[in-house]
Amino acid sequence: MPIHDQGYRRYQGQRVPVGRAWWTMARMHLITAFKRRWFLVLVFAGFARFLGYAAFYIVGPVFIPQMSNFAELTPQIFRNFLNGQSFFVFLVTIVLGGLIADDRRANALQLYLSKPLTRVEYILGKAAPLLILILGLTLVPALCLILLQIVFSGSITFLVNNLFLLPAITLASITRALVSTFMILALSSLSKSRRFVAIMYAGIIFFTLAMQQVLRGITGSRAWAAIAPTNMMDVFTDWVFRVRGPQPVPVYVAILVIVGLIVLSAWILERRVRPVEVVS
Amino acid sequence: MTSVVELESVNVHYAKNWALRDVTASFPAGAVGLLGPNGAGKSTLIKSVLGLLAPDRGQMRVLGLDVRRSPLQIRSRIGYMPESDAHFPQMNAVSFVAYCGELSGLPRADAMQRAHEVLYYVGLGEARYRTIDQYSTGMKQRIKLAQALVHDPDLLFLDEPTNGMDPKGRDEMLELIRDIAHNKGLNLILSSHLLPDVEFACDHVIVMDKGAIATAGPIAGLKGPGGRVFELRIKGDSDRFIGVLRSAGLECHATDEDVMRVFVPDDRGAPFLFQLASQEQVQVRHLRASVPTLEDVFAKAVGEES
Repeated sequence: MPIHDQGYRRYQGQRVPVGRAWWTMARMHLITAFKRRWFLVLVFAGFARFLGYAAFYIVGPVFIPQMSNFAELTPQIFRNFLNGQSFFVFLVTIVLGGLIADDRRANALQLYLSKPLTRVEYILGKAAPLLILILGLTLVPALCLILLQIVFSGSITFLVNNLFLLPAITLASITRALVSTFMILALSSLSKSRRFVAIMYAGIIFFTLAMQQVLRGITGSRAWAAIAPTNMMDVFTDWVFRVRGPQPVPVYVAILVIVGLIVLSAWILERRVRPVEVVS
Repeated sequence: MTSVVELESVNVHYAKNWALRDVTASFPAGAVGLLGPNGAGKSTLIKSVLGLLAPDRGQMRVLGLDVRRSPLQIRSRIGYMPESDAHFPQMNAVSFVAYCGELSGLPRADAMQRAHEVLYYVGLGEARYRTIDQYSTGMKQRIKLAQALVHDPDLLFLDEPTNGMDPKGRDEMLELIRDIAHNKGLNLILSSHLLPDVEFACDHVIVMDKGAIATAGPIAGLKGPGGRVFELRIKGDSDRFIGVLRSAGLECHATDEDVMRVFVPDDRGAPFLFQLASQEQVQVRHLRASVPTLEDVFAKAVGEES
């Protein structure tokens, strides 16, 4: 009997309605990422920082009252926590940077887009794992810190006195996640090599920081800080946390740069994520 | 439903080149071959029908649905096997096919079950846990077919499915395609520049040339009744004799160095060819009534220069 007679039969089951393929993609990328042990270690390391903060600023002072003299929980602590998480956000972004580049290398775009999903859904399917992981490293632990504070202090006084912390943490985390995600996906759509994407992303982050230092040295103006996306994220985060940061750039400039980066990235994605590449 | 795909005045251009020019065609249900030389516009037509390329002008309907209005509904009911290598990186075959099934709308458990079944069906059952990067060209063709089949589409688009396959693999692939179309009840459109592939697997053919439809119809009908085509080899000036045959109202084209295929449109048959040869003092070395093939249809439709 020929081998093809052994198998094919018509499908009689219920199909999932169209519009959910993006989540299938996102779930697959998350599963694939967490299959690597070192990636698990990386995410755990990012979460371990939360545990350290919780032990030092929240749990410690409850059991050792003397600790409250030097481990007082203030809004600045949350600002510092998010700032420290940037390192892990950077690493996760770099690791998942090849999501579109890999598809371009394997010619998978036409395969994806011949399935019942739109280009927007495709990008959403690529962006979702990054957003989930970045928010899991910033928003979730920061909110957990507040929750732990309430649980261990037994009162909501701290939260009531610093109610702005909830929108501040949410806004800062989401903005950071959006900028990182859009930037890396745009770069990923420009290349077929995940390594090159990682190098380009790291280059943009570090080169702009170095450049602003050089230009500041030459011209003496501190306004050059605006050319580094990292600085602009810091300016914005300082503003939402109501703390005075080291950068002299006005917040509206930071917002303009952040929005500009997202719009530019979206434009690149719109141009590059196409099932058929027409070379004119 | 009599037609699975209907095209009306479809135009597509790349920069200054028209890839499809005013294409109007109807693809009947069953197995339809989309035949044409490289660059004829076959792949462009398929990509337009899939909604991957937006035509400049024209109307397209697939399975009764408008391509512009319902692209996602159409794509959930069709399977597409692209011409070039395409897979999702870092995946083994069964995960890849199951993932494609999920993307096409199958529930997760059903997608995995069908992935195993379809991989056995295409002959990759034993290799289904290997990553696709380790597959040979023939195996990659099979996995592309498996991903197009996994969600049980109503219509299958196969773009050059035998590309890069060895003769044995090619025969097996064609057997599969034939089985899908004739025993499993799926409609398929097979795009190829290989006439024997289309002739073996399909019942209908649409011949394209230079971005336009050259001819279309059932293969048996296009080939016409047997006995009107002759293989002819002569000693003498072939080009001049071809000119004589054509001026006598016969269709004629050379197949290789010295053999020509001559279409005799009426019942004059071999004696008429001998008569012409005698008049032109050309020696007939070989004359044999032949069964008309798709090659003859193709040659008639697109001309020898193609």
